[in-house]
Amino acid sequence: MARRARGGILATLGHRALILGFTAFAIFPFYWMLITAFKQNADLYVGASNTAHNPFIFNRPPTLEHLHILFENTLYLTWLFNTLWVGGLVVAITLALGVPAAYSLARLTGRWGERLSIGIFLTYLIPSTLLFIPFSRLVALLGLQNQLWALVLIYPTFTVPFCTWLLMGFLKTLPKEIEESAMVDGCSRLGAITRVVLPLAVPGLLTVVIFALTLTIQEFVYSLTFISSVGRMTVSVGVPVALVRGDVYYWGSLMAACLITSVPLAFLYNFFLDRFIAGFTVGAIK
Amino acid sequence: MPSPDVALARPRATSVETLSRRDLRLGKLLLAPALAYIFLLVAIPFLLAVFLSLTNSSAGSLQFSFVGLQNFRAVVASPVFLRALRNTFIFTVVSQVLVIGLGNVLARALMKPFRGKLLVRFLILLPWAAPISLATLGWLWIFDSTFSVINWLLKVVGWLGPGQWYYWLGDPVLGMIAIITVHVWRMLPFSTVIILAGLTSIPKEVHEAADIDGAGPVAKTFQITIPMMLPILTVAVLFGAVFTFTDMSVVYLLTRGGPYNSTHVLASLAFQDGVLGGDVGRGAAVAIFLVPLLVVMAVVMLRISRRAEVV
Repeated sequence: MARRARGGILATLGHRALILGFTAFAIFPFYWMLITAFKQNADLYVGASNTAHNPFIFNRPPTLEHLHILFENTLYLTWLFNTLWVGGLVVAITLALGVPAAYSLARLTGRWGERLSIGIFLTYLIPSTLLFIPFSRLVALLGLQNQLWALVLIYPTFTVPFCTWLLMGFLKTLPKEIEESAMVDGCSRLGAITRVVLPLAVPGLLTVVIFALTLTIQEFVYSLTFISSVGRMTVSVGVPVALVRGDVYYWGSLMAACLITSVPLAFLYNFFLDRFIAGFTVGAIK
Repeated sequence: MPSPDVALARPRATSVETLSRRDLRLGKLLLAPALAYIFLLVAIPFLLAVFLSLTNSSAGSLQFSFVGLQNFRAVVASPVFLRALRNTFIFTVVSQVLVIGLGNVLARALMKPFRGKLLVRFLILLPWAAPISLATLGWLWIFDSTFSVINWLLKVVGWLGPGQWYYWLGDPVLGMIAIITVHVWRMLPFSTVIILAGLTSIPKEVHEAADIDGAGPVAKTFQITIPMMLPILTVAVLFGAVFTFTDMSVVYLLTRGGPYNSTHVLASLAFQDGVLGGDVGRGAAVAIFLVPLLVVMAVVMLRISRRAEVV
């Protein structure tokens, strides 16, 4: 019995150590961003060969200087605004194209639609690193170089397939009888959709909004390729490209910008994780 | 008394029929805008990428002429390209092996109940939620040539002696280790949550039945867990592989493909040639080499979804 209990304690300790180790690996870069963002330069720029200077802690009092620089002397807020402006329009386009398509695939097209929906999902896998070259031609042809409109036009290429797929899965979980009974009561099909189905689909729609928005905020390749003016950049490009002047890195402000942008996204992901997983696991879990 | 039933059934049957035809028409109408958009902005550009790879198109002008397979011949003869091709496979395979191995360990650990589980889940998901360019920037600072905290630790524990130093991003091997580290760090949360979803979907009854039949832990692993987890593991591997295989952000921001183009991947090389270098045809030719893996991926996905439908 005693040996068994000791084994249990050891197993528990091992389990805790494992969890701790993985968590430390996951959050270390964010801890590093956090401490860098508030360190004085004199505390920050001490060569790593000086073993007497522990870089993990504040050796001097923390400072808000880097945050002041970020918000007052850089275009960080402009980049955030640009990102949300693009994000808002991309969400609108995604909903306008994705909601009717998802409903159609979930209810109106039968087996034929099932195959088509897999085809649509597969287009999500065509990577930006393959399409940015033809898009650069297209953007030049339309005269949209260096304009946020180029991103508004192109970002739905990944949000529409992914969100249509997610929403289709959600709509399939709603019983068909709800719109059938509404139609028996005299609604047209479209009337039943807008009056009965969409209100019930709000959680699914919210997931789509969140993912279209987060995918927009995370996107890097297209934004890097098409936007060259600093004032028109999105946050994922402005911070790594424009906050670095020549070879001078303002690490304090840089890390503050990375942290401030990343943490809200992590909250959003946590809230919507289950739907997100359902989207990726396709039919592999029943 | 069959007649009232028949009388009732007949009009309903025809109304269902006309309804379904009307449904199909409405279905096509609702689907049309999304399909048109995907056709115009995914299918056509995809074909345009193939077409451009056969031309001498450049960024400065919209004029070009057809050069056949010349770009592909030039690309395949270039040592930088061959290195990039090799790197792409090394990064993808090594990071996916690590991610799936570690993801299984972590997912199993997360199956057990413990205090603070929600907090741990939040923290572990951070790397996947953060925009990749900003997360990579954090690693750039961790791998900094002068201020690297890793070097500080290695100095303190005595691994690095006096005068010894690791230039993480200035050395081909260390640079590759750094890139793989970032990929593993970023993809681990994604694979873990998917594997976790798979593990929790195995019904308890299956394990209980196996216990009653006297199956040991080894037999249970090989005869229950692995077969039942196979579809979900495939999903985790395939998505992880595609995201790693086609990514250019990590390489672009960490090493820019350096030193001496030794850490390029296909995607970053395509960007360097096609966008920065302005040689659109050549860049397109490099990017086309991404397609075969994506085709394999698409086929496997179709298989999985078909099998899931049958079950």
